[in-house]
Amino acid sequence: MAACFRFFFRDPGMDYFIELFCSGLTRGAIYALIALGYTMVYGIIGLINFAHGEIYMIGAFTAFIVATVLSIYGFPLLAIVILAGFAAVIWSSAYGYTVEKIAYRPLRHAPRLSPLISAIGMSIFLQNYVLLAQTSNFLPFPELIPEFAFMEPIAHIVGSTDIVILITTAVIMLILTIVIKGTKVGKAMRATSQDRTMAMLVGINVNRIISATFIIGSALAAVGGLLIASHIGQINFYIGFLAGIKAFTAAVLGGIGSIPGAVLGGLVLGLTESFATGYVSSDYEDVFAFSLLVLILIFKPSGLLGKAETKKV
Amino acid sequence: MKLMRSKKILAAAAIMMLAFSAPVAGMAADTIKFGVAGAHSGDLASYGLPTVNAAKLVIDQVNAKGGINGKKIELLIEDDVCKPEVATNTATKLVSQGAEVVLGHICSGATKSALPIYTNANILVMSPSATNPDLTYSGEYPNFFRTIAPDDMQAKVDVDYALDKLGHTKIAVIHDKGDYGKGFAEFAKSFVEKSGKAEVVLFEGVTPGAVDYSAIVQKIKKSGAQAVIFGGYHPEAAKIVGMIKKKRLKVDFLSDDGVKDDTFIKVAGADAEGVYASGPKDTTGNPLSKAAFAEHKKVFNADAGAFFENAYTATLAMVNAIEKAGSTDLAALKKALQTEKVDTPLGNIYFDDKGDAVGIGFSVYQVQNGAFVEMK
Repeated sequence: MAACFRFFFRDPGMDYFIELFCSGLTRGAIYALIALGYTMVYGIIGLINFAHGEIYMIGAFTAFIVATVLSIYGFPLLAIVILAGFAAVIWSSAYGYTVEKIAYRPLRHAPRLSPLISAIGMSIFLQNYVLLAQTSNFLPFPELIPEFAFMEPIAHIVGSTDIVILITTAVIMLILTIVIKGTKVGKAMRATSQDRTMAMLVGINVNRIISATFIIGSALAAVGGLLIASHIGQINFYIGFLAGIKAFTAAVLGGIGSIPGAVLGGLVLGLTESFATGYVSSDYEDVFAFSLLVLILIFKPSGLLGKAETKKV
Repeated sequence: MKLMRSKKILAAAAIMMLAFSAPVAGMAADTIKFGVAGAHSGDLASYGLPTVNAAKLVIDQVNAKGGINGKKIELLIEDDVCKPEVATNTATKLVSQGAEVVLGHICSGATKSALPIYTNANILVMSPSATNPDLTYSGEYPNFFRTIAPDDMQAKVDVDYALDKLGHTKIAVIHDKGDYGKGFAEFAKSFVEKSGKAEVVLFEGVTPGAVDYSAIVQKIKKSGAQAVIFGGYHPEAAKIVGMIKKKRLKVDFLSDDGVKDDTFIKVAGADAEGVYASGPKDTTGNPLSKAAFAEHKKVFNADAGAFFENAYTATLAMVNAIEKAGSTDLAALKKALQTEKVDTPLGNIYFDDKGDAVGIGFSVYQVQNGAFVEMK
């Protein structure tokens, strides 16, 4: 973060570099926030949960509805943020839990392709459900994160929302790592991920652990939904799809299944796009992002921090 | 032997056709045949049918008053389904039926493919909706006129406003990579370059749906642009405008018809204040426009639909030209269209030598206190 303070630099070229770097960090943190959910689910059951982007979108919608209602009743901003965030987390988790139960659990022993197709179906279903139940219009998302006064001198480089997103992503990554490395649930998760049958044999309730993973992943998506929607100021039923694709790319880039990998992948992707926009052209931002993905996968097929999968013969 | 017979049949058919066409030519003396061509069925029918209604309303009024110069007007309505390959047949049919002027076609592609047939037959064509710039600019179709502004008109209006009214000399042109947005941006770029008064310091496309636009906003800042001209739709415009405010960048933001939408003001909120967007000139205060809509409501008991005013205007302009010219001879009609001003729902208009209507076009609007206000 220190790099974001321009006081140390006076060279305009360097200023521009720092501005782009900070843009890239924000963008990367946004991708990382969503990518964490992808990577957790993949780590446990080896499924790419394409409906994750939609869970993020539902989180944003829930936060939108709650925040709008509360602001009509004149609640203070901090209360609105906490209550809307709380509602979004619970609602999204309920969706994540249900999606897993309906669409993935019956296919647990089916070939790998079946739950994947089921996930794509779920994604399309949820998108259209929100489209029909809510609206096809773009809705103005209230600015839930205020402009902090102490940020004003550097607001043209990093905004208050950017800082909140960066810090949230870092904190969530830390908590997740601690949970997975240090707690009983985390231990059970790791065991399930390594060998499901064996985990069952030693008395781990595998179904409950998988449900817990989906609930945690969905809760993260909801937090992301609230923060990101507040950052870009608008939502509609389709935001999950586009954000989901980029986040998925980030997860693969960093090594799908790895928690720090998702964050690193998100940041690398965000920085690449930002620098490509800044120094080449935003017309080619996606070209650079995906060329980078291809390059990394050629040299490290399991991603930056992914573990190489050893297949037993 | 077979060949001989078929030749004979052909010859007979040709003679028959000549024989039948003679009475048609004779009837032409009694009525003026007014062709209406466009999409009247298929998925784009909603663009073409309002034109038929507009023509019916105007022509019925004219006929009720005894027609033009003692002649009644007869409508020949032909469908082209908005398809270029069908439009040539439509045009051939109208020409062979003796149409003397044609209102249409609706879609630019269909209009372009039909035009050579009318040009060869020296028939005046006026479209209420074909916006492709080349139709008039290319000079290939001296018989073509239109009562809608060409596609590049919006860009011209925006660029003129930024350069002349706001006095900017450094312009950043941004678009959303889509057909509409990029087309608009390319016109804007070429107008800025041709003006000689300003330079385009940045020309780039952004990816719609991106989660963050701060990098492109930083690039705009570095380019030193005083104004951003954006081609695209309101969701991206709202995000970019919001990001410009967040990065404390002071630039004017000008955009197109895709942004001149109340949803933009709703979504962008306070950030929308001061944003400029071009849109069709406001005609709601024009009594002729009000009367045309009221009449449509009375006769058809429905709302008018797309290009209704443009078609109403075109029909009025053509009828007026026939009356002033005293015939349907192309040269005389052209002269009348270019010199005689006519009052229409779209204002008091005449046509330039390329065929575009002078007085029809776009205005620049600015968001002031949560509403678009037309800038004079």
